[in-house]
Amino acid sequence: MSVLVNKDTKVIVQGITGREGSFHAIQCKNYGTQVVGGVTPGKGGQEVEGMPVFDSVKEAVDNTGANCSLIFVPPPFAADAIVEAVDAGIETVICITEGIPVNDMIPVKHYIKTYYPNTVLIGPNCPGVITPEEAKVGIMPGHIFKKGNVGIVSRSGTLTYEAAYQLTQRGIGQSTAVGIGGDPVPGTVFADVLKWFQEDPETEAIVLIGEIGGTAEEEAAEFMKENVTKPVVAYIAGVTAPPGKRMGHAGAIITGGKGTAEAKYKALEEAGATTVKNPSIIGETVEKLLKG
Amino acid sequence: MKVHEHQAKEIFAKYGLPVPRGFPAFTVEEAVEAAQELGTWPVVVKAQIHAGGRGKAGGVKLANSVEEVQKIAAELLGKKLVTFQTGPEGLPVSRLYIEEATNIYKEYYTAILLDRSKSKLILMASAEGGMEIEEVAATKPEAIITIEIDQFMGLRPYQAREVAIKLGFPKDLINKVASVFLKLYDVYMKEDASLVEINPLVLTKEGNIVVLDAKVDFDDNALFRHPDIMEMEDPTQESPLEVEAKQYNLNYIKLDGNIACMVNGAGLAMATMDTIKLAGGEPANFLDVGGSANAEQIANAFKIILKDPNVKAIFINIFGGILRCDRLAEGIIKASQEVKPHVPIVVRMEGTNVELGKKMLEESGLNLITADTMWEGAVKAVEAAKGV
Repeated sequence: MSVLVNKDTKVIVQGITGREGSFHAIQCKNYGTQVVGGVTPGKGGQEVEGMPVFDSVKEAVDNTGANCSLIFVPPPFAADAIVEAVDAGIETVICITEGIPVNDMIPVKHYIKTYYPNTVLIGPNCPGVITPEEAKVGIMPGHIFKKGNVGIVSRSGTLTYEAAYQLTQRGIGQSTAVGIGGDPVPGTVFADVLKWFQEDPETEAIVLIGEIGGTAEEEAAEFMKENVTKPVVAYIAGVTAPPGKRMGHAGAIITGGKGTAEAKYKALEEAGATTVKNPSIIGETVEKLLKG
Repeated sequence: MKVHEHQAKEIFAKYGLPVPRGFPAFTVEEAVEAAQELGTWPVVVKAQIHAGGRGKAGGVKLANSVEEVQKIAAELLGKKLVTFQTGPEGLPVSRLYIEEATNIYKEYYTAILLDRSKSKLILMASAEGGMEIEEVAATKPEAIITIEIDQFMGLRPYQAREVAIKLGFPKDLINKVASVFLKLYDVYMKEDASLVEINPLVLTKEGNIVVLDAKVDFDDNALFRHPDIMEMEDPTQESPLEVEAKQYNLNYIKLDGNIACMVNGAGLAMATMDTIKLAGGEPANFLDVGGSANAEQIANAFKIILKDPNVKAIFINIFGGILRCDRLAEGIIKASQEVKPHVPIVVRMEGTNVELGKKMLEESGLNLITADTMWEGAVKAVEAAKGV
């Protein structure tokens, strides 16, 4: 078992004929993911390395039975691409696109919640999801992941890689790694993924990687208190970040004294997480916890 | 993106919000002309910087004559104004706003912003205007009225009226105040703001409603739909290195330390800064070269961080995913030939094509310090910075 994606997941890539879209569609396919096709409006009938291109998500779903979509559509059109995917019946929508206007994402998030409560949106502005040795639906380097029992959930792409690499180096594999993205209005939050990992019998421990800005980590901590019994190792990036400055991600900013790393560490510690201040010892800490 | 008060007020006026008459001025002469054009005394001379707290810092002054306008304008223009929001270095005053004075009877606060935990916009208002809202939130949270805005319905007129009533406005002004909230919401949505704020919203002695100070922050991601707003950008309000970095599509923020970092990915970049601090050093900057950086991007990043005179060592921490380590190595070698760094460089790289990248760096003959982990790299960078 794992969460969100596995060897049976059938993936289409929206924006498959673009530079990023085609590159990663091929990378995912080479990893072993069932990439069954792609969508670029107006380019239906073409092929990308043997993967058929369709004009619409509906057409792609009807022809391939896809249940997951990976989105690389440029920011001005990405929110529409997400809605098109959920309307076509896609169950798991993973949006890589960075730079979608917040005003576009607010109604989209609530539209999914209201009309498709069972549909999952991961991202936007995220690295995607990987279940090692089964399916890679995202832009992460596949070779640093290894099949196993640690779930990773993170707002940051490269920190996900850092954590996975440290685990893999120690021979500790991962059940699934989920990048929820660095935007202020994410489709999925920490608490959602914690719930899935808690319910997943193959996940034995969880690594949570947060960053400054917002209160998603505090809400995750609230959720943990009542609902998570598996060990959680948490790291928060941005202890040294000055207030009022946006640290790259649109969501990574301390405003009005809210969203500091200190507050997040405190909440997570109170919820029973093992916190690490040094990101280089995430792997080591998980190893110790698992040996118990 | 931030804009000045006078620009925010120009936008507000377009939406029918009641802003006082006023004109921007870039020179003392223009300030005098603006005051004469207003034709009423006194006028208010307001320093335009991208930060709040100007009043207390001496950036907002009343003038009763042409001579006073001249004197105040000459004092403020070219000065660096230090407020509690600017940090100790302050922000340069390169323009003023000359505005007709308002007879304040009572001050209110109102703003529209995103509540991230609900992914909804909220309208916030308080009868404790003029104060910093964070302070009100901390000391008198019950004084803040918050209304959730439905993502499909928008701000409803009845909600706007409800807020006006709760704020205690007299009955004959309720519709007028409600229309201020509705128009403010219009500005937020149509201009793709990330924050609109009126502090204070003023009830005048004459019984009028006036937007005395205006603030708008725009969603950077939506600027592509607003070329007119993009033109309002004022580079004098940002550090010159940050402005230059933006031209290269690099995400750079200058900090106060002496160890420069070059990292791919925002999260890892923050983690690298934190690790330097843990190792006993101080980061000189935040720098995310992005996931798809090429050799040229790396070279540009090098140039930017080396322009900071405080830098005593550079720590390059790259987790190669899409950005392959061999490409990074190529960039480092190319940049070193071009800019001849005068400080020690610590390199930690991991990920795709790492062996090839390491080999390229070894064979380059460059004097580089290598590290296997982020921690080891940070420790070595801290040591190296002490040695210079």
